[in-house]
Amino acid sequence: MTAASALRQAPGFLLQVGLTLLGLLAVTFFIGRVVPIDPVLAVVGDQAPRDVYEAVKRELGLDQPLAVQFWIYVQKMAVGDFGQSLVTNRAVIEDIARVFPATLELATLATLVGVLIGVPLGVAGAVWQDRWPDQIVRVIGLVGYSMPIFWLGIIGLLVFYGMLGWVNGPGRLGVAFEDMVPVVTGVILVDAAIAGEWEVFRNAVGHVVLPSAVLGYFSVAYIARMTRSFMLEQLNQEYVVTARAKGVPEARIVWVHALRNVSVPLVTVIALSYARLLEGAVLTETVFAWPGLGRYLTTALLAADMNAVLGATLVVGAVFVGINLLSDLLYRVLDPRAR
Amino acid sequence: MSALLEVEDLRVSFATPTGRFDAVRGVSFALGRERLGIVGESGSGKSLTGRAIMRLLPPSAHLEARRLAFDGTDLLRATPAALRAIRGARISLVLQDPKYSLNPVMTVGEQIAEAARIHGGVSKAQARRKTLEMLEAVRIRDPERVARLYPHEVSGGMGQRIMIAMMLVPEPDLLIADEPTSALDVTVQMQVLAILDDLVARRGMGLIFISHDLDLVASFCDRVLVMYAGRVVEERAAADLAAATHPYTQGLLRSLPRIGDERAELPTLSRDPAWLEG
Amino acid sequence: MSSWRATLLSDTPRSRREAKLGQLYRGWLQFRRNRLAMLGLAIVLLLVLVAAFAPWIATHDPYAQNLAQRLLPPGAKGHWLGTDEFGRDVFSRLVYGARITLYIVVLVALIAAPIGLAVGAAAGYLGGWVDKALMRITDVFLAFPSLILALAFVAALGPGIENAVIAIALTSWPPYARIARAETLTIRSSDYISVARIQGAGTGRILLRHVMPLCVSSLTVRVTLDMAGIILTAAGLGFLGLGAQPPMAEWGAMVSAGRRYVLDQWWVATIPGIAIFVVSLAFNLLGDGLRDVLDPRQKK
Repeated sequence: MTAASALRQAPGFLLQVGLTLLGLLAVTFFIGRVVPIDPVLAVVGDQAPRDVYEAVKRELGLDQPLAVQFWIYVQKMAVGDFGQSLVTNRAVIEDIARVFPATLELATLATLVGVLIGVPLGVAGAVWQDRWPDQIVRVIGLVGYSMPIFWLGIIGLLVFYGMLGWVNGPGRLGVAFEDMVPVVTGVILVDAAIAGEWEVFRNAVGHVVLPSAVLGYFSVAYIARMTRSFMLEQLNQEYVVTARAKGVPEARIVWVHALRNVSVPLVTVIALSYARLLEGAVLTETVFAWPGLGRYLTTALLAADMNAVLGATLVVGAVFVGINLLSDLLYRVLDPRAR
Repeated sequence: MSALLEVEDLRVSFATPTGRFDAVRGVSFALGRERLGIVGESGSGKSLTGRAIMRLLPPSAHLEARRLAFDGTDLLRATPAALRAIRGARISLVLQDPKYSLNPVMTVGEQIAEAARIHGGVSKAQARRKTLEMLEAVRIRDPERVARLYPHEVSGGMGQRIMIAMMLVPEPDLLIADEPTSALDVTVQMQVLAILDDLVARRGMGLIFISHDLDLVASFCDRVLVMYAGRVVEERAAADLAAATHPYTQGLLRSLPRIGDERAELPTLSRDPAWLEG
Repeated sequence: MSSWRATLLSDTPRSRREAKLGQLYRGWLQFRRNRLAMLGLAIVLLLVLVAAFAPWIATHDPYAQNLAQRLLPPGAKGHWLGTDEFGRDVFSRLVYGARITLYIVVLVALIAAPIGLAVGAAAGYLGGWVDKALMRITDVFLAFPSLILALAFVAALGPGIENAVIAIALTSWPPYARIARAETLTIRSSDYISVARIQGAGTGRILLRHVMPLCVSSLTVRVTLDMAGIILTAAGLGFLGLGAQPPMAEWGAMVSAGRRYVLDQWWVATIPGIAIFVVSLAFNLLGDGLRDVLDPRQKK
């Protein structure tokens, strides 16, 4: 994409993203207002005298017309002021900053697994269509679309932790190792490596292997299926006939000619997979007691901590929007026809 | 004139949910270093014949023949490696629409250079030189700039010339052109055909020209094969076409408009089911 | 060939109803050839039957607790699949859970599909700012991962099976809107729509009688395929304690409850999970089969 065309398209892009984010805010605002609990009562308790109630109500801005309330809400959200969490009594934004890297760690590892295993699997399925590699891809895909992720996590714990003892149990780090490593990135694996604490690193690996494998499976299922589908489409194109007519070896046709065409939509798929994993992380983190954003969200939910719930939802939504935007940009960069 | 290509009783069929479909039903001909035109309507099996010669049929197609040989090599029993060595280097194929037949994410120059290098013995620098030479040979001005373009950035006529350049750069002995000008405007058609004519003549190549345009094929080729429903119904020297004996060919000839034609209406072809049996 | 079969397969139907029936019959013949899709259909039908006849199929009362008989393994004392932590029969709870699963899936489909169809068809047909506004709303909903949004809705509305249904439905309709809009755009400029307009048909009538029926087949495929995802989302909500509330025998909640005992009494958590998996798989197979018949372009 040339710099000039990028600049020309930027305002339109930003407007779209802005509108979507505004919409996100509207949805969360609406959800917040649907709560059957009176937010003022949640703060002052039900024994408070009337003037205290009114004072707090004014403080929370709840006496203003809805549109004004929404505008105040937007302003606060834009600067990340999600309010305070009822559960932790800290600013929600602080909480989220603390837990988000754990989720990112899982999602990134899982996506890595998904790409490294899923892409070659998908290619194999397309090249040997209807033969056994293809059947494997189909089965993996089908199972991946049908299996409850929380159940797979539980079975994984049962087999690999309970029965075989190959991995460590729930949690991110053994209790003995907590706080042994200075927090740099928030990702224990990275921080432990930076600090050279290899015992901690090994322990962390033992804990992260199973949850990222479980999440990774779903990533593999999705990416393999999509890769196969794209690959099949490409292998049926005329330019493949041309390449064969030139005498190009089949391996080069698959890995150079076709894959280059596949990589364009595939990048989008990988970005989407990453975003979907954020969703899967909610359930996985619950099963593995993983201290990430997903578990934060569910804990807040069960405690009716609306600030935390909405703040976390908004963050996830914004990240989703961001990833979609990124994949859209990548698409334009990679596809010469879109420039 | 030794036989460059021998085709005897070529048959191509497909398995469909409603039974076997015979697309090509016993085509036979021999070809030397001459120009052979294969004419037919959609569904006559002419394109499949062209692709069958190069063993480039889709996997669902079933190919059989009594004999299919190129320059003495039995193409039916050749190993995949042997076939790959022949494709491009000895026999080449030009397809109809460069919008689809060129890889959209590789530059034009890359694709031509690949054709030059794929059969070995050519360095990158040599391949680049050959690419530019071929682009000039197909009368593309500013070959350096064009080589850096992507297929969607060139016009139809230029794309087809690039296709020809790409397929002729390894200097094959036989070129199969499957509707090479059908996707082009009439004026551009003439230009591209002139280039094809020139190159084929200069290199002494054999040419199989597949088209639905009888007039075009007759003017361009030495011999003409008329196909109908998978069979060859007429085989004639181009100059001799007016003396065609098969009623299908006669019908085709009659339905073509001519300058100075005194007829008020052009006759339409009425198909005799007997033609399905040849 | 029997005479009614010949009529259905004839190339010259005598009425619109005959043509429609013939089309359905041909589609069924093609569908029947897909063994996996037939398996999916069989399992779904089994689910419906089990849900319908639950009281007769279940061996015990799904809510009857018997603490003296808690955590019995499968096969023990007439409990085919064992008992859970309250001594309740797992098999009977599984059977009654089928009702809940079916209830959720059907309700969500019945709510989300018409909403999506209406929004998408209106957006595609009317175009202009209506289109832009509706699509903007759709995009916003699509911007949230569906489970997260469902969680947020349930948080606001409170846990419970009806709220779970509403929450899931609210997150499910956007893809249908997209599909309906895409289909509508392709037919919007067709001649027969113009003819209907010239004949004086109002927008509503055109949408209802001409546009929407054409979107139905792609929507059917998508809805069926989505059912697997809906089941998984519902189970996820149940697992988190946000769906059907105890003592209701919802499969996801059963998995959650059994989690604590999984190392020694694996069946309490494992068996409901298998049920979720099998039913989800069945809908996927069924949806794939339908897609092959109704929309072969989309295949693979």
